[in-house]
Amino acid sequence: MKIDRRKFLKLAGCTGIGLGLSATDMFKGTVEASSGHSAVSTAAVRHAMVIDVRKLQTAEDYQRIVDACNKIHNIPTLIPEKGNPKHEVKWIWNDTYGHSFPDQQNYYHPEAFKQKLFPLLCNHCDHPPCVRVCPTKATFKRPDGIVQQDMHRCIGCRFCMAACPYGSRSFNFVDPRPFIKDKNPEYPTRTMGVVEKCTFCSERLEKGEQPACAEASNGALVFGNLNDPESEVRKILKSNFSLQRKPELGTMPSVFYVIGGGEYAG
Amino acid sequence: MLDKALKGGKKYWTLVIVLAAMSGVGVLTYLQQLKYGLGITGMSRDVSWGFYISQFTFLVGVAASAVMLVIPYYLHHFKKFSKMVILGEFLAVAAVTMCMLFIFVDMGQPMRIMNVFLYPTPNSILFWDATVLSGYLLLNITIGWATLHAEKKGTAPASWVKPLIYLSIPWAVSIHTVTAFLYAGLPGRHFWLTAIMAARFLASAFSGGPALLILLALIVRKNTQFDPGKEPIQALAKIVTYAMIANVFFILLEVFTAFYSNIPGHMHAFDYLFAGIDGHDKLVPLMWTSVICAVLSLVLLIPYKFRENEKLLVIACITVFISLWIDKGFGLVIGGFVPNHFGTVTEYWPTLPESLITLGIWSIGFLVLTILYKVAISVREELGTAKSDH
Repeated sequence: MKIDRRKFLKLAGCTGIGLGLSATDMFKGTVEASSGHSAVSTAAVRHAMVIDVRKLQTAEDYQRIVDACNKIHNIPTLIPEKGNPKHEVKWIWNDTYGHSFPDQQNYYHPEAFKQKLFPLLCNHCDHPPCVRVCPTKATFKRPDGIVQQDMHRCIGCRFCMAACPYGSRSFNFVDPRPFIKDKNPEYPTRTMGVVEKCTFCSERLEKGEQPACAEASNGALVFGNLNDPESEVRKILKSNFSLQRKPELGTMPSVFYVIGGGEYAG
Repeated sequence: MLDKALKGGKKYWTLVIVLAAMSGVGVLTYLQQLKYGLGITGMSRDVSWGFYISQFTFLVGVAASAVMLVIPYYLHHFKKFSKMVILGEFLAVAAVTMCMLFIFVDMGQPMRIMNVFLYPTPNSILFWDATVLSGYLLLNITIGWATLHAEKKGTAPASWVKPLIYLSIPWAVSIHTVTAFLYAGLPGRHFWLTAIMAARFLASAFSGGPALLILLALIVRKNTQFDPGKEPIQALAKIVTYAMIANVFFILLEVFTAFYSNIPGHMHAFDYLFAGIDGHDKLVPLMWTSVICAVLSLVLLIPYKFRENEKLLVIACITVFISLWIDKGFGLVIGGFVPNHFGTVTEYWPTLPESLITLGIWSIGFLVLTILYKVAISVREELGTAKSDH
């Protein structure tokens, strides 16, 4: 069979249509992985967290939360002092309003508010970009909304770190074990070359416990079911003005911040 | 035909030994990385991709550029490319080999790399990239080898080769489109989140790849009996010219959108790359070198009098290559990570081990290229068809 340019173009066109059809399958995968692009999760349970920063006042209030997580999860906290600070691993940490909400600043925020710290962690998005890009399903979304990481399947390509718009993911650039202060034998340590992040303490939830950070927060961090209208998180969100980080990206974060008002003035 | 690679002159063996030695240094350094982890590189929590992924991105373009010879030769019967096509196909083989090696050395857990195929994930662009790259490597090695073998025997290539050649055309476009999609679909990375990313990638590929090919062809001509002829080189030079114009045009479109809209997120990466932010300006000299090289290359390429002068053409091709290597093989990837999601700046610079591994992979690629070119040219030297009539 002799193929001339015309025949080739026809053939190429048909191939294109075929590829287009198979691409619709490709997006079905996305829908399953991240529950569609516009819809909100309608599952019975969608775990969420409301952080009321009004209840966090002293440096200890903040530190207690971070320490609780670090200790339980064998976070290599010694990396910044003994290793390279650029290789830091963190699941929950504190940062200023300007860094936490870079697109929602104005020049005239009260100075006290600009200095105010916000606990930052994985947002367990309803449409997580990290899950969309992972080539091995090592990071996946559970039916209850938790974005989980399988550290035994992760190949360490760090595509999820490029995709996460919240900087919530850490990579083990070096062996983390020598950098753990006090090892917790109840929780696995990680190997080098894999990505890790906050899991909403899925291992504690299984035992009916609260996430470690919420438990250590004296009620500032409230964990609950976003899809239950009677849950405490929903009640707080109903009666207070709250913010999500970068809502314009369509990721639908499950972490909300109650920032209050008047107390920063003066 | 591979036996042709075992018989060569002093120059050939010197080149092979030098490249093998440099590859060896790369491999040894990689063993260090395997032991210590990616902490051996300049990458960080904030700039989580560096030299490896940017070299990969650049080389996908070089690989895709083979299509700039295949389309004129096979679809438009531009016979003057008859001597050159094989050089393009073998360059694609070497480039894809390097791409795969760069992905491999970038993995935190390289021994798990087969997970990409064990747990195929169609919603991940990286899965598609791995698939199309492997396919493109197979296509080009098969096509190149089969056509060369037929040429050696003095027969027409087997009938199954033609469909593969036609398939390789959209496939070449796909490898670079899919690679652009790695970046262009990420929310919150303003520098990458642009619809013309794939178009930009193709334009830079179709200028950078053929520019490298011209340089390679001229080096080969100087050192062997092979002569592609003057006209095919000039035809390629025209392709480089128009693709480079399109590439510069696309970059200017990005600059317009960023700065006329005045949206901070869209301007930040340009600010960082070309002016520096708060004294963080490691990439500024490099990026301006890229701009100067781009302008210089257009000055040398657009007036045909300059372009037709082979000495000036060589300078033009070198400047095109340098400009695009900096732009795509460095600035594009790093610029996407700086400033980070918190609006702060963490800079990146490759470390010595990282540079040695990178150099090692380039050496492996050029070793593959040297061997393949040696086979192709020796076959033609024996047939007495190494010289073009054009």
